[in-house]
Amino acid sequence: MSSLLSLDGLSVAHGGNTVLSSVSLSIQAGEIVTVVGPNGSGKSTLLRSVIGAQKPSRGTVTRAPGLRIGYVPQKLHIDPTLPLTVRRFLSLPVRVSDARAAEALEQAGAGNLAARQMSGLSGGQFQRVLLARALLCNPQLLILDEATQGLDQPGSAAFYQRIEKVRQELGCAVLMVSHELHVVMAASDRVICLNGHICCEGAPEHVASAPEYRALFGSGTQGALALYRHEHNHSHDHDTGHSCTHDHHHEAAE
Amino acid sequence: MTLLDDFLIRAALAGIGVALAAAPLGCFVVWRRMAYFGDATAHASILGVALALSFDVSVFAGVLATALAMASTVSVLAGRGYAMDTLLGVLAHSSLAFGLVAVSFLQGVRIDLMAYLFGDILAVGRSDLAVIWSGAVLVLVLLWQRWSALLTATLNPDLAHAAGIDPRREQMVLTIALALVVAVAIKVVGVLLIAAMLLIPAAAARPFAATPERMAVIAALLGMLSAIGGLQLAFTFDTPAGPSIVCLAAGLFAASSLAGLLLQRRRS
Repeated sequence: MSSLLSLDGLSVAHGGNTVLSSVSLSIQAGEIVTVVGPNGSGKSTLLRSVIGAQKPSRGTVTRAPGLRIGYVPQKLHIDPTLPLTVRRFLSLPVRVSDARAAEALEQAGAGNLAARQMSGLSGGQFQRVLLARALLCNPQLLILDEATQGLDQPGSAAFYQRIEKVRQELGCAVLMVSHELHVVMAASDRVICLNGHICCEGAPEHVASAPEYRALFGSGTQGALALYRHEHNHSHDHDTGHSCTHDHHHEAAE
Repeated sequence: MTLLDDFLIRAALAGIGVALAAAPLGCFVVWRRMAYFGDATAHASILGVALALSFDVSVFAGVLATALAMASTVSVLAGRGYAMDTLLGVLAHSSLAFGLVAVSFLQGVRIDLMAYLFGDILAVGRSDLAVIWSGAVLVLVLLWQRWSALLTATLNPDLAHAAGIDPRREQMVLTIALALVVAVAIKVVGVLLIAAMLLIPAAAARPFAATPERMAVIAALLGMLSAIGGLQLAFTFDTPAGPSIVCLAAGLFAASSLAGLLLQRRRS
């Protein structure tokens, strides 16, 4: 299987400061990859390189030909002087039909928001609308940059569960950045621990016990990880029929 | 064309042309918080007037060139040490000062400085009208074609990148449109009040608009109303035309803000 996206020896420098050095990774169709790392570790820079907003100083970013990327930005400040309904926002920059917009909003769990003003949405609603917009292009790769900033813990856990659901419905790969390790790691197939370079990577269990990861985050998150898994399992019990891709979570918690 | 023989008709048409182009551009100026940027570009154009008169080229060309140079300078210097408002304040006022000094050297031609500072809409001739309307149509076509890309880049540069839009190119489009509007508006409201024609109708339109497009259309209507009504005021009370137009626009803004507050209260 050829990868959707591959970075080869990517290095980025901001005015003499090296932010990323020799980062190589590739993303396969349908997998959820999470990048974790402390503040200033280059997580956002990595994503911005992937979408083409940041020029690499060395190395290459190769996208599969015609790759459709859905991008959910870190935060979006909409100036209150700009009147913008959710429906109009979805048609930027490419106009979409009402039916398509309604479908995407439904998938993102924002079904009843179309007529609302963007500036009047709550944090959680706003994130779901951003997600809906990213889903419009029927993405093969969904990119989320700290998409749950400003949401409380149940709110972000619900958001990441929605991402998993979207992944199952669309079969898209997901590349996301977060520092809410405990919430995100359990939802990931693969975790990349970043601190200017790739410290370690692999399955969530592997990374959580890796010494490089412990050195960056300590071992305190281990407990929270288990806790979240438990909750996660719990919701699986009510929602039969989509547990097949998450067998390892069941095993880990039981 | 007997209609265009009447100076008031020509003035009204000039005002409408400027209002039409300034309104949608003014919306972007408001959304992107570029008010100072518009001001700086406009103030710099007095230097363009002086240069145009001393090198004997058309004022329109001189103003367009300096406005473009000013806007590009700001774009290049932005984010290199000084805050945007400091940078704009320095450039806007120093170019205005240099322009005024440069004009004073022009002994041979007695120019009416007031006409450039506050506009001289009643002296608009047929060729001025042609320049104003060509410029206005050009700006409208430019904005119309790039509307979606401009809006996306205004929302968020990374969002634009992800959609294959280069936000710097869109910034450049707005810069060019701004220079054009300044160049065509100088005859109508003068350099000191151009920013008002950009900002006030757009700001006044905000409470009544639910989408960006509606805001631009309402701003255009309010701008045209200000132009025609302001001329009427100037004619009735024998006041300077450019400032009268801006006064009426300001009155409309006050009324719209009040109406906006009432609307909000009734909704909540």
